Amino acid sequence: MKNKKEFAAIITEAGNSIKNKTGSWRTMKPIVLKNKCTACGICAKFCPDGAIIIKNKKMSVDYEHCKGCAICSVECPSHSIIMKEEKK
Amino acid sequence: MKENEKERFMPGHGACAGCGAAIAMRAIGRAAGKNSILTIATGCMEVVSTAYPLTAWKLPIIHSAFENAAATASGIAAALKHQKKKTNVIAIAGDGGVFDIGLQALSGALERGHKFLFICYDNEAYANTGVQRSGATPLGAVTTTTPAGKHDSIEFKKNMPFIVASHAGTYVATANIAFIDDFENKIKKALQSGKPSYIQVFTPCTIGWHINNNDTIRLSKLAYQTNIYPLFEIENGIIKLMENTSKIPIENYLNMQGRFKNLGKKEISEIQKDVDKNYELLKSLNGKKIFLN
Ligand SMILES: Cc1ncc(C[n+]2csc(CCOP(=O)(O)OP(=O)(O)O)c2C)c(N)n1
Ligand code: SF4
Ligand SMILES: [Mg+2]
Repeated sequence: MKNKKEFAAIITEAGNSIKNKTGSWRTMKPIVLKNKCTACGICAKFCPDGAIIIKNKKMSVDYEHCKGCAICSVECPSHSIIMKEEKK
Repeated sequence: MKENEKERFMPGHGACAGCGAAIAMRAIGRAAGKNSILTIATGCMEVVSTAYPLTAWKLPIIHSAFENAAATASGIAAALKHQKKKTNVIAIAGDGGVFDIGLQALSGALERGHKFLFICYDNEAYANTGVQRSGATPLGAVTTTTPAGKHDSIEFKKNMPFIVASHAGTYVATANIAFIDDFENKIKKALQSGKPSYIQVFTPCTIGWHINNNDTIRLSKLAYQTNIYPLFEIENGIIKLMENTSKIPIENYLNMQGRFKNLGKKEISEIQKDVDKNYELLKSLNGKKIFLN
């Protein structure tokens, strides 16, 4: 405790967990088939890690945080996300 | 990378890959809006989201002990009332922190009528400490404290939504992450109602239930379609059931999960009978005033 007035462990920077790069956990990697994906956003809502970004009607994966659970691949209605073994 | 401004439960949290509860937390963040204060009881979602000095939340959150999220929420709500501030107060706890150790704090807070929303993410066990059975664990499920399955025929899952609904003036709902928009709408409805509210959301735990990481949503849909986890609301004492017309056998749901691997044909047919009886009862109550409050 730096300051005596501090009576509890307080975190003042909102959402700073993004510094934690959970993408290193991944063993399987989602690959987006860009010509099939309609950017409907269903995968984004079901991603436990908020690692799917829909921007300007395009979908992309935040590989820094994606843990490779593959829920997106299962739930994609147009079968546009395939899983490949992670090579690191 | 530009973050979506509606997201208030950010990446980098430590939940297991495929965690259902983390999907629920993201929905809570979006639906709550920025004018909200959270308190979370000890359990997976508190532990994975606030590993000091990092937080996944873009909302103020106060850490509660395992048993007292509802007491913390009461204090926040009372302070805001005194300050004449209209801020959403949301308490979050796992099933252990609600069905078991948190029950008396919750009941007291509901009885005192504090304006807050209590969300129970139901992963049907004490996941964070290694998957021990809770009052929310369903019959037949293997946990580390029920290695042969929760078999004793008296150890049914507690009917927590009905216990909460028997407190006067409450809004109560069950939800499911497979119907994520419905869950978000119920959160908004509860917050707008200004009533002490309770939402219990079905959230599979990949490691605790021994399911594939990618089966979380598929399994959640089946929980609704097989009627083992019916969706309903209870408001002003009146129950409204979201009727399910797909008659999928419970076997399809149970077979996807390692925690039910001990079940034989006889036990599965008994579970089917219980599920059917419970659903028929809910159907017969649908639209009726079942609590005088
Ligand atoms: C009084 C007390 N007893 C025991 C514990 C240890 N403990 C921490 S989390 C937890 C289980 C939480 O279960 P649940 O509320 O269902 O949340 P989950 O971990 O499943 O998300 C236990 C037993 C504690 N923190 N405090
Ligand atoms: S143990 Fe279960 S509830 Fe806890 S973070 Fe992992 S998947 Fe989620
Ligand atoms: Mg639990």
